[in-house]
Amino acid sequence: MANVFTRMGDWVNERAPNMMPAYRKHMTEYYAPKNFNLWYYFGSLALLVLVNQIVTGIFLTMNYNPSAAGAFASVEYIMRDVEWGWLIRYMHSTGASLFFVVVFLHMFRGLMYGSYKKPRELVWLLGMLIFLVLMAEAFMGYVLPWGNMSFWGAKVIISLFGTIPVIGGTLVEWIMGDYLPADATLNRFFALHVIALPLVLLLLVVLHIAALHEVGSNNPDGVEIKKGPKGNRWDALKPADGIPFHPYYTVKDLVGVGFFLMIAAFIIFFAPTFGGWFLEHDNFIPANNLATPAHIKPVWYFTPFYAILRMIPSFLGQAFWGVLAMFGAIALLFALPWIDVGKVKSIRYRGTGYKVALGLFVLSFIMLGAVGAGVTAEVIPEWFGDVDVTFWENLFGRLMTLVYFGYFVFLWLYTRFGWETTKPVPERVTTHD
Amino acid sequence: MANEVVDHGRRRFLTATTAVVGGVGVVAAAVPFIKSWEPSARAKAAGAPVTADISKIELGQKVDYAWRGLPVFVVRRTKDQLALLPTLAPRLVDPDSEIEQQPDYIKGPARAIKPEWLVVIGICTHLGCVPEFFPQIKPEPFDPNWKGGFFCPCHKSRYDLSGRVFQGVPAPKNLQVPAYHFVDDTHIQIGVDPKEAG
Repeated sequence: MANVFTRMGDWVNERAPNMMPAYRKHMTEYYAPKNFNLWYYFGSLALLVLVNQIVTGIFLTMNYNPSAAGAFASVEYIMRDVEWGWLIRYMHSTGASLFFVVVFLHMFRGLMYGSYKKPRELVWLLGMLIFLVLMAEAFMGYVLPWGNMSFWGAKVIISLFGTIPVIGGTLVEWIMGDYLPADATLNRFFALHVIALPLVLLLLVVLHIAALHEVGSNNPDGVEIKKGPKGNRWDALKPADGIPFHPYYTVKDLVGVGFFLMIAAFIIFFAPTFGGWFLEHDNFIPANNLATPAHIKPVWYFTPFYAILRMIPSFLGQAFWGVLAMFGAIALLFALPWIDVGKVKSIRYRGTGYKVALGLFVLSFIMLGAVGAGVTAEVIPEWFGDVDVTFWENLFGRLMTLVYFGYFVFLWLYTRFGWETTKPVPERVTTHD
Repeated sequence: MANEVVDHGRRRFLTATTAVVGGVGVVAAAVPFIKSWEPSARAKAAGAPVTADISKIELGQKVDYAWRGLPVFVVRRTKDQLALLPTLAPRLVDPDSEIEQQPDYIKGPARAIKPEWLVVIGICTHLGCVPEFFPQIKPEPFDPNWKGGFFCPCHKSRYDLSGRVFQGVPAPKNLQVPAYHFVDDTHIQIGVDPKEAG
């Protein structure tokens, strides 16, 4: 038997001689720093969730009906009548939220260890593009069940484009293909959600990994292993602090996969709506264009950006300042490699100012999420009694918005004018013997 | 032939012209795809004018009609409510309806053809939610000094009973007044100007 496989292998190699070298380049001879920690699980987990979304998504399309008249009923049909349909749908809906959990942690890792810095700017930019496409993908996916929150969420998000001066109104009609989110809107979102954006996403993921493997992975020490001493157990010319991705990190990542699947399974089986955070209560009501839900709020992963949008008042008869600020919040992340010009990458060796700023940045992101999700509107009267909720919510939200944007301003000043006092960065990676 | 000197200028010219012509082709080919996203003939036909019977609306009551899938609020305002409208001017963004959100025959604090009847599109000018109707003149949780009007649950924009937006809220403009006219005393037609109706 072995002989047959060897001969089959030879047959393929003769006809596709670049396959084995590519496998070696990206797996067995891709030398990743040997000091990866817990934060390095989230890249491979994101890939796992992507596969889950594609597989469960394909099966959902087999029973889903992309029409305003039939969408809601077909989702209920999947949930009640299709054998195991409930599991496939909950895997998809839970997967969407966990995708963002994993991606946010993956991005935070990049912030913390300076993985966006030279020479990995392109890796970061491609990653940010993935984030942007992922948000569009998630938004359109959320519209498909055609529940009332789907409908009104779609209306609010599409109306963002209506705030653009002059062309806004026409643009909104063009996006919707009607005067309100309707059949045409649902159909085109379905096409984009299941075909166009997944293709773009896959291409970007391939480019993201290709760009990473060109420059090599960063690590918790922010040390460039390619610049360190050469020679390890496998190759005399490769970095001494590197170990082959396969089998070392594939095996490590499998442990992460096991742990992650335990959490995911728990949510899927016991708390698929996650208390209204993963699937909102108002979305169990069919879309109704004459009744707005009492509190329109996006799913949790959009709430920080949504809060920024809400906190900016209109000015000069224009509402698009809020939209600008919201997109600006994402655009600044794109520009991070050029805003933070500090030479030291990892938080381990950076100044106290940086650590405080990053902590505040994370805090502001979470607090903006709470404002966007309506948590503050609930707790302010509970904690402080009879006060003007709108005033205090706006004050708090605007303060957090300032902190969010302040992070980028501070980081630029701090690194550009050499105010940062860094610790010496070691020659080689630490914390690993 | 192979030994002829390469004319770089000619080569650049040919490359550039080919690229430009090809680019024009790509743009032209994109047009049908982009146009296919515009409202279809069927969607446009569904946006035809709507006639509403307003004979059964009580004083102080609001009734919603659907036009182009948009909720159109028709409110029959009381004398007290109308009397309060001019007093609100200092708290409003655009008390005299100067920003174009209404046909030119809609003027004054009442923003109506007949002051008693308010006709507005019930879509918040912030991000398109449907504001709720709070007609009573009494302190509300969102405004202790409330004189009746509309409150948007999405982002807390407030409008008075003429659909004029208050200052300090996310919505930038007054509620839009659609083209409409009185067919007779008890019917209005939404989507057609008095002039067009003759």
